[in-house]
Amino acid sequence: MTKKGRWWELVKGLFAENPVFCIILGLCPTLAVSTSLDNAVGMGAAATFVLLGSNIIISLIRKKTPDKIRIPIFIVVIASFVTIVSLLMQAFTPALNKALGIYIPLIVVNCIIFGRAEAYASKHDVIDSVMDGLGMGIGFTLSLLLISGIREFLGTGSLKLFGITLINTPLNPSMMFILAPGALLVMGLLLGLFAHIRNRKSEKTCCEAKE
Amino acid sequence: MSASLWAIIIGAIFVNNFILTRFLGLCPFFGVSKKTKPAFGMGLAVIFVMALASIVTWAAYNWILVPLKIEYLQIIVFILVIATLVQFVELFLKKANPILYKSLGIYLPLITTNCAVLGVALLNVQEDYSFINATVFGAAAGIGFTLALLLMSGIRERLELSKVPKAFDGLPIAFIVAALMSMAFLAFSGMIQ
Repeated sequence: MTKKGRWWELVKGLFAENPVFCIILGLCPTLAVSTSLDNAVGMGAAATFVLLGSNIIISLIRKKTPDKIRIPIFIVVIASFVTIVSLLMQAFTPALNKALGIYIPLIVVNCIIFGRAEAYASKHDVIDSVMDGLGMGIGFTLSLLLISGIREFLGTGSLKLFGITLINTPLNPSMMFILAPGALLVMGLLLGLFAHIRNRKSEKTCCEAKE
Repeated sequence: MSASLWAIIIGAIFVNNFILTRFLGLCPFFGVSKKTKPAFGMGLAVIFVMALASIVTWAAYNWILVPLKIEYLQIIVFILVIATLVQFVELFLKKANPILYKSLGIYLPLITTNCAVLGVALLNVQEDYSFINATVFGAAAGIGFTLALLLMSGIRERLELSKVPKAFDGLPIAFIVAALMSMAFLAFSGMIQ
C-alpha cells in the first residue's frame, strides 16, 4: 500500500466516511452524552481508545480467528478494552465518569466499534487498522463536538471547555436543547443540512461505502 | 402492588422512556419503524428478551460476581450472557413455537447488539434493584420501547405519503419527528416526584 493510501485510511473517517453523519452509526452515545463539550471530549477519547485497541488486537489475530466464532471473539476483545477504559476513568476522572454514567460501559455495543472490527480490522494489516481506528475515532469525536457545541451554546448560552469559558453571551438560554428533544432536533437538522450539501454535489456522493 | 413498583413501571414506560429520554436502542428504533407490523413484532421480542435478560443478569451479578468479588467483570459477563441467552431463546422458539419464531425470528439476532438490553442490565446494577424490581423494570422498559416504536411507525407510515423537502427525506425527518415525540414525553416528567 502506498503512502497516500495510508493517509487516506486516516482521513476518510473525518469527512468522507464520518461514522456519525455518513454511516449513521453509534447514535445512542452520540445523542445521550452530547450535552456539553467536556462530555463530548471524554466520550470521544474513550471510544477512540477502545476503537484503536480493538482494531489492533483483532487485526493481529485475524489469521488465527476461526471464521465461525469470530463474533464472540470480537465481542470479548472489545468488552475487555471497554472494561479497561471504564476502570481508568473511575480512577482518574471521577467527575467525567459520573457524567457519562452507563454510556461508558455501553461502548461495548456501539455499532461503530463492532462495525470497524468486522468490516475493516479483520481484513487489513495492523498499521492500516491503526490508521482506520484513529481516523474513525477522531471523526466520531469531531461529530460529538459539533452536536454538543450547538446544544451547549443554545441550551446554556455559553461554551465552556474544562472550566475555561470560550464564549459567553447574556442571551436567555433555551433549556430544551440540553434536554432530550434538543439532541434529536439538532441531529435531524444537521443530517438534513449534510443531505442538502450532498445533493448539491450530486454525483460526487460522500457516503458511498468503500469497503 | 406496592407504590415503589408502580413508580418503577411508570418511570420506565413514560418518564424515562428508553428511547426518547435515555437514547437507548436507537438503531432498531430508526431501522424497524417504517411499518407498524414489523415494529410490533420487534417490540414483543424486545419486551421478552429484556425481561429475561434482567432476570439472568441479575442472577449472574448477585450470585456469581458479588460472592467472588469480581464485579469489575460485569461488562464482559453481561454481554456474553445476553448473547448466549438470545441464541438459546432463538433455538427454543424454533422448536417449541415455529409460528412465533417466524414472526420474531429475524429480530432476535438484532437484539443482541441493542444497547437497550445491556443498558437495562447495567441500570439494574446501578439502581441496586431487588430481584422482583429488576424483572419488572426490564419488562416495563421493554413496554416503553414498544410504545415509542409503535407511535413512530404509525407516524412514519403517514410520512411516506406526505411531501418532505428533498434534503430531509428519510432519516432527517424521522429525527425531527422523534424530537417532537420526545418533547411530548417531557410532559410526563412530573408524574414521579
